[in-house]
Amino acid sequence: MSFQSLILDLQRFWASQGCVILQPYDVEVGAGTFHPATALRALGPEPWRAVYVQPSRRPADGRYGANPNRVQQHYQLQVILKPAPADSQDLYLASLAAIGIDARLHDIRFVEDDWESPTLGAWGLGWEVWLDGMEVSQFTYFQQVGGIECDPVSTELTYGLERLAMYVQGVESMFDLDYNGASGPGRITYGQVFKRAEREFSAYNFELADTARLVGHFADAEQECRRLVDHGVALPAYDQCLKASHLFNLLDARGAISVTERAAYILRVRALAGACCKAWLAGARAAD
Amino acid sequence: MAELLLELLSEEIPARMQRRAIEDLTGLLRARLAAAEIPAQSLRGYVTPRRLAVVAEGIPETQPDRTEERRGPRVGAPQPAIDGFLRSAGLASIGECEARDTERGEFYFAVVRQAGRPAHEVLPELIRAAMTELPWPKSMRYPASSLRWVRPLTSVLCLFDGEVLPLPLDRVPVGRTTRGHRFLSTGKICVESAADYLERLCEGHVVLDQSCRKEAIRRGLEEAVAAEGLSLRPDPALLEEVTGLVEFPVVLAGSIDADFMALPPEVLATAMRAHQKYFSCSRPDGSPAPRFLFVANSVAVDGGKTIVAGNERVLKARLADARFFWDQDRRVPLESRVEALKDRVFHARLGSMLGKIARMEALADFVVLYVPGADPTRSRRAVRLAKTDLSTGMVGEFPELQGVVGRYYALHDGEDPAIAQAIADHYRPLGPNDACPTAPESLVAALADKLDSLVAFFAIGEKPTGSRDPFALRRAALGTIRLIIENHLRLPLTRAFQCAVSALGPGFPDPSEELVTFIADRLKIHLREQGIPHDLIAAVFAQIGDAGAIDDVERLFARMMALNAFLVSEDGVNLLTAYRRASNIVAIEEQRDGRRYDDPADSTLFEQPEEVALYQCLNGMSTTLESLLAHEHFDRAMVRLATLRRPVDEFFDKVTVNTEETRLRENRLRLLSAIRATMNRVADFSQIEG
Repeated sequence: MSFQSLILDLQRFWASQGCVILQPYDVEVGAGTFHPATALRALGPEPWRAVYVQPSRRPADGRYGANPNRVQQHYQLQVILKPAPADSQDLYLASLAAIGIDARLHDIRFVEDDWESPTLGAWGLGWEVWLDGMEVSQFTYFQQVGGIECDPVSTELTYGLERLAMYVQGVESMFDLDYNGASGPGRITYGQVFKRAEREFSAYNFELADTARLVGHFADAEQECRRLVDHGVALPAYDQCLKASHLFNLLDARGAISVTERAAYILRVRALAGACCKAWLAGARAAD
Repeated sequence: MAELLLELLSEEIPARMQRRAIEDLTGLLRARLAAAEIPAQSLRGYVTPRRLAVVAEGIPETQPDRTEERRGPRVGAPQPAIDGFLRSAGLASIGECEARDTERGEFYFAVVRQAGRPAHEVLPELIRAAMTELPWPKSMRYPASSLRWVRPLTSVLCLFDGEVLPLPLDRVPVGRTTRGHRFLSTGKICVESAADYLERLCEGHVVLDQSCRKEAIRRGLEEAVAAEGLSLRPDPALLEEVTGLVEFPVVLAGSIDADFMALPPEVLATAMRAHQKYFSCSRPDGSPAPRFLFVANSVAVDGGKTIVAGNERVLKARLADARFFWDQDRRVPLESRVEALKDRVFHARLGSMLGKIARMEALADFVVLYVPGADPTRSRRAVRLAKTDLSTGMVGEFPELQGVVGRYYALHDGEDPAIAQAIADHYRPLGPNDACPTAPESLVAALADKLDSLVAFFAIGEKPTGSRDPFALRRAALGTIRLIIENHLRLPLTRAFQCAVSALGPGFPDPSEELVTFIADRLKIHLREQGIPHDLIAAVFAQIGDAGAIDDVERLFARMMALNAFLVSEDGVNLLTAYRRASNIVAIEEQRDGRRYDDPADSTLFEQPEEVALYQCLNGMSTTLESLLAHEHFDRAMVRLATLRRPVDEFFDKVTVNTEETRLRENRLRLLSAIRATMNRVADFSQIEG
């Protein structure tokens, strides 16, 4: 099964469960959770189901394309089910069956792993899902986002697509993944698509990023976010919060932040996220 | 008598919480059943990753009737008051009450009989209350119920005497059905009784009893290694954890590529254990075997081939990372990693790791003087390299191997083995169950590290409070104490603190005073945990003071042991009685007279030979005791003290302290006071109980 058909099959499966298929959010984020379709929609009473792929940037994880398991950008497939259905686990297992993972052949385990995002002010309880000893998904019941209680509680599923695909295809390096399932000259590997990006972004993240400029951008994004929150426009404000979060990750990868500064930056982003979440809920009430 | 069967089926319960949860649940149910007067004759709990189950037998079918006497209004009270009382007591007329005299007048009394309720009516609320009270370390909300639980509850099976009890759990289904193993059993299982339940679950591929499951895993592991002529590295904590991760354990074995076997055994074990929960095996010669064991939760249709292959792949990826670091890291000697420590923050207000190393070096120069056999140059070198492995890729990947990795790299660099060992040992002991290092240079490095952390964090006010101890200073204190005690070191800690304070440089307050109390408190706790009676500890600490105690723990021990032996001897028991008698009398009289009797007795005022004898004995004793204590002859000091017994006893037998004649009375009080003072030189006997 090629990388892209894995994505298509998972999306088809979740669409059949009533999820809307969304496209990646167009601001850099560290994880699919940050997409407003999850972070903001997890709040408030309205039911919501969505599935989407989100390129997830972790500047510090870049290895110039030299490590078979680590990259500064990978793909997450994110599912949000609100309210959390009583058969969440069964649905998840059915999604694995949909991509050809037969539970009778494998050892699938739900191992305690509570999720927390300090920058988003969010946490939940759940598991990492092990497939024959390998972590392939994160399964979380959201309890809080932006410091606000989630009511109802949602189910959040995150599939690490590259890892899952490596397992399904039996390859040792992410860059060897069969991307499109074609043979002969039409065959495209993950490396052909992304290796250059890994090299160049690793160089940028670790060597070239201008830290003084990044610090300035961070302050701009922070200010802009606050100004937009004051105008009650939650979504544009939240974009600025995401930008601030990514700029912080870049500064962190550059080693430009000391341990104490780090905690302070996290608190600043968390404050923005909290303000955006409040504005989101307030805006929803005003629209009614 | 009837049987209660309760099963709470949920999504996967974290392994580390299971044992405690079932103990709590059975305890809560037992207590609540007893309080409701329907106690179970027997009650057993079972736990798996997906369920908590309780089987209680011999529960009475109804509560016993209760009678209760209630006092009503005063005889002759207004009619509304009487009517109100009758209503509340459920009586028809005041004729059913008895009028009785009390201290406060004549009142009506009613005997209210409350019929016992049937158990099946009482149980639903009782069970729900026990569930509400169950203290999960972390619990969550979920849509189906307002009852917080560790993970969402799927369904509840609850039968009393074979009938379903309707537990109030909102939208969580309650009935007589459950489910078997997640993958090896299909459909719902309908249950008639506890015996039926146990049998059906067994058919449903669930090994319900946690002890059976654990034993099955242990046996499976033993058989698997025996079949290959290997032996299992025992790991009780991992066995316990794995028991909580499976409902139907299947032991499988996988291979480790030969290429990885050159990695240090600690690296192999950590990659396998911490991250993958695999068991390690050894060859007959004790070397690591290229095999690993793990426990799957399912019997696969291909006999486990796919599962083994998958796990081997995962381990291979992890070990490939480890080997990459192993090869990369060793290209750079540890010595050239020292400089990089200046960029590694120890604490924002305490500077870099390089600064810490410099302070540790200064401390090492002092500590080495008190560690027999420790070489100053080697000790200093060990300290200098102690933290260099923090910048290696291997420690980045496996932080729990800090120190251990440094040892391997130091040996690779050609450092002296004692230095390499000290790098590995300097974090130890890691906890109360970790062994203390014993090698001389290891002791120096371990003490220097802990003393610096203690003094530095206290100097910036980062002291442990309540349950908060982010810098693990309690552990550092206990480690320091154990390193000293277990190696019989005579390290003057107060001077070591001074050394650490001056290494810290100007601009920091001297926290020694607080630190002395802190260490002394940890020492007292440690001594109590070692089984030394708390009054004995208090008596000796009160005599020599906190600083004296921590400055020479060895001497403190000898003193306590001698005192302990003395207090259980006949002389000791009697002398303690005499001490109390003497100090009680003095205390009472001092209070009455509003003055003290500390000044020496006047020998010209003695009238009886017993006074003279006691006076002489006390006089001779003071100087001898002082010298014996100074030379640490504590046993002999006790023997000497015991000679007091006879003159003291005879004094009390023959001499009347409170005579009419004031001068004689005061002089005798001075003599009694001298008994107290003399004995207190050895220990504060007033702290001894019993």
